[in-house]
Amino acid sequence: MRKRNSLKYLSVMTWLTVPLLLSGCGSALMDPSGPIGQGLKSLIITAFGLMLIVVIPVIVMTILFAWKYRGTNLAAKYTPNWEHSNVIELFVWAIPCVIILFLGILTWQTSHTYDPHKPIASEDETMTIDAISLDWKWLFIYPEQGIATVNELAMPVNTPVHFRVTSGTVMNSFMIPNLGSQIYAMAGMNNDVYLEGSEIGTFRGRSTHYSGEGFSEMLFDAHVTSQADFQAWVDKVKQSPKTMMFPADYDKLAQPSIGAPVQYFSQVSPDFYGDLIRSYKSGHGGPQSHGEHNQAQEPSMPMSAQAAE
Amino acid sequence: MFGKLSLDSIPYHEPIIMVTATVIGIVGALVVGLITYYRKWGYLWRDWITSIDHKKIGIMYFLVALVMLVRGFADAIMMRTQQAIAAGGAEGYLPPHHYDQIFTAHGVIMIFFVAMPMVIGLMNLVVPLQIGARDVAFPFMNNVSFWLFAAGVILVNVSLVIGEFAKTGWLAYAPLSELKYSPDVGVDYWIWSLQISGIGTTLTGINFFVTILKMRTKGMSLFRMPIFTWTALCTNVLIILSFPILTATIALLTLDRYLGMHFFTNDMGGSQMMYVNLIWAWGHPEVYILILPAFGVFSEVISTFTKKRLFGYKTMVWATVAITFLSFIVWLHHFFTMGAGANVNAFFGITTMIIAIPTGVKIFNWLFTMYRGRLEFTAPVLWTIGFIITFTLGGMTGVMLAVPGANFVLHNSLFVIAHFHNVIIGGVVFGMMAGFTYWFPKAFGFTLSEKWGKRSFWCWLVGFYLAFMPLYALSFFGAMRRMQSYEQTEWQPLMIVAWFGAVVIAMGIACIVIQLVVSIRDREKNRDVTGDPWDARTLEWSTSSPPPNYNFAHLPTVHSIDSYWEMKQQPGGFKRELSTHFEDVHMPKNTNEGPILGLFSLIFGFALVWHIWWLVAVGAIGMFVTFMVRIHNDDVDYHIPAAEVEKTEREYHKRLEMQA
Repeated sequence: MRKRNSLKYLSVMTWLTVPLLLSGCGSALMDPSGPIGQGLKSLIITAFGLMLIVVIPVIVMTILFAWKYRGTNLAAKYTPNWEHSNVIELFVWAIPCVIILFLGILTWQTSHTYDPHKPIASEDETMTIDAISLDWKWLFIYPEQGIATVNELAMPVNTPVHFRVTSGTVMNSFMIPNLGSQIYAMAGMNNDVYLEGSEIGTFRGRSTHYSGEGFSEMLFDAHVTSQADFQAWVDKVKQSPKTMMFPADYDKLAQPSIGAPVQYFSQVSPDFYGDLIRSYKSGHGGPQSHGEHNQAQEPSMPMSAQAAE
Repeated sequence: MFGKLSLDSIPYHEPIIMVTATVIGIVGALVVGLITYYRKWGYLWRDWITSIDHKKIGIMYFLVALVMLVRGFADAIMMRTQQAIAAGGAEGYLPPHHYDQIFTAHGVIMIFFVAMPMVIGLMNLVVPLQIGARDVAFPFMNNVSFWLFAAGVILVNVSLVIGEFAKTGWLAYAPLSELKYSPDVGVDYWIWSLQISGIGTTLTGINFFVTILKMRTKGMSLFRMPIFTWTALCTNVLIILSFPILTATIALLTLDRYLGMHFFTNDMGGSQMMYVNLIWAWGHPEVYILILPAFGVFSEVISTFTKKRLFGYKTMVWATVAITFLSFIVWLHHFFTMGAGANVNAFFGITTMIIAIPTGVKIFNWLFTMYRGRLEFTAPVLWTIGFIITFTLGGMTGVMLAVPGANFVLHNSLFVIAHFHNVIIGGVVFGMMAGFTYWFPKAFGFTLSEKWGKRSFWCWLVGFYLAFMPLYALSFFGAMRRMQSYEQTEWQPLMIVAWFGAVVIAMGIACIVIQLVVSIRDREKNRDVTGDPWDARTLEWSTSSPPPNYNFAHLPTVHSIDSYWEMKQQPGGFKRELSTHFEDVHMPKNTNEGPILGLFSLIFGFALVWHIWWLVAVGAIGMFVTFMVRIHNDDVDYHIPAAEVEKTEREYHKRLEMQA
């Protein structure tokens, strides 16, 4: 009888986890603060619900069959040579097929809807921020404002932001869980993700892809602010005496450090992001505005990757 | 003289490592002392180390796997303890330098040196018996495979005390694993331990592929093979196709690290994305290499203990074949967030989901095997039922991760950790434990303690849910994998629950050890003379336990799927008649060259890690000479005289009669 109780305990345990997952109180993914995050939340719940249609019956059947056809229950029917039934075979193939068909359609559509590279439709103009992962901190460049920061990010509320993402070191992944999708940051590669904050607040962002010793502290604050507060923040950054010129200032910053403080830079060299990517002389990527890869045209860059070590 | 190796390479300043090393040293010395005291070295060398007997090789694989399970688990509980402490600014007791090595070692050890040898060990023990063969196709190569694997195991463990292990995560993503970012020997240990044991695995794959295709007994057509053999066949196809990718990828990384090439570096045209693609082109089939044989075990167990034919044998086979094929076209789902376009992501998301169809069919087939059966709740059955429920949940979270949109927020989070432990513990570990309990009496002639087996099951089951359900929940709050510390103190309670779950799993492992000790102590009481303690269905149960080294005095003839069951259903039942006519049995001879090759490969790997070039030459020449000696040795087989076979069979018969 112990068996039965334990199985019951098991199913109770299973069910306890469901509301835990869905409650989402204070959860970055279940209580998101941007349209992408909200869309992905409902996608997760839809996929989860679709699968429960088959998962719950399977678990119930497992417990039911195991119990009913236990060896000691001689009253239950016993057909030792029964091994095939066209009807059952049809159902065991059809049911997963139908579920996967629905999930497949959902997957195809949402892969396109939530393609990280896809601009967010909005009346407001999209702004661009470059996110560069370094050992072990984030450098943010605001090409339109001509400023740069370390480990702090501000963006106006309800404004789509085009994050161009690359790395000055090993692979990282750029993510602000409350806002939605992440994307890998890779040296010499121009990756991007579109995000938008729909609520004013400060959210924790981080590298999600393990990148070495200082990985756990590769965190930053993302402030989603009103338009006025954003302008005030930009002005504050512009007060800074420090500048971020490529490659001199960059090389200094790229030295490995853990838990680097927030820093502001009032000036940035033009096309900093493009210069960094080109410095790897990779056959890939390069900023879209500089699509051609004429090696001869490239200025002789110091090997910034080596400097980063 | 000693390359990069010096006395400073030993981490004296790390008390945890030093204490561990001391304990290992004392235990090791004790074992060596006992073997010497009881003069067992000759026995060990003759009967085990040089053995080409697939059953003994299987047992050695499983034994090493159990020992490494303890090592891998020690890493696990250290990680869980660290995460239970290091919240809100607390640094815990493991600095990143140590913590990063631990999670890397945990992953490498659990996959390569626990799960793989368990799977290969079971295949070794069971497959030749199930197909009615006397050994594998290439018995010498089987011994070599084991010793190459063992060299890899030793190399990983040496890294604990001499130098350090990789701090890169178990797949050593470039460019983090490149010389520039990982200048220490850790990655080199990773490279050479995987390279050496990986070649052993490839050889095993070839060996069993040929064995299953060429050495089946009379009448055993492909569609009469037991399901475990089918899953083993598919697993070996996967090994043959995927392990060379791993070997090549690691070789390219080796060229980068040792010869300054630029396959995966940031600059000079290297492509880290190529590394990620290649490693997962092996890595995804790898998880099916592990799970397919577990599916096979469950099929055998469920059919045996319901006393009923497996429902939908053909469906089961085709589902397995479908999974084998599909496992090669899903690898991109491990990195949807790398930035591929929507069409590419959607394609790989959907192919991944399609795998859920044959897998779902298998689960239904197990359910309908139970349906109208007479299920006996033995320990293997408990593992099976625990598996069906747990694996279904793990499969569901897997499909969630396969939706690229959902993956964009769940990737790299603890959700991924919870998911793959859900399928690897709930699938592979449960499967291997079911198989271990089920086939143990075949290997040793006595059954394992049911009581301790069930206790182990309940500890593992409850421990698993306690340890990993909190991680699913935490992932929704933004908790990532591989965090040495985290700011959010509100995550701590769930981390402590997870730690407690790990403690319960530790009790489960302790139960396995106790189960072994108790069962060996009571072996006379649990003795099974019949060779068929479960009233089972397939050929391996038709011979004695443990089987004689030639397995079958007469190779059996097969007429149906559950061939042994059919024999037992004959009018008058199945009787082990003593044959009147015996023939000489042709058998392979033991080999000294296998373990010697393994030893030189270990020297070779160790020397390469430390750049001790003269020792590299010693290792390489040693391997080459050993190999030459072997291929010029024609004295590799012998005949067991008919008289000796008869004597063995008569003795067994006497025991059978005495019991009757």
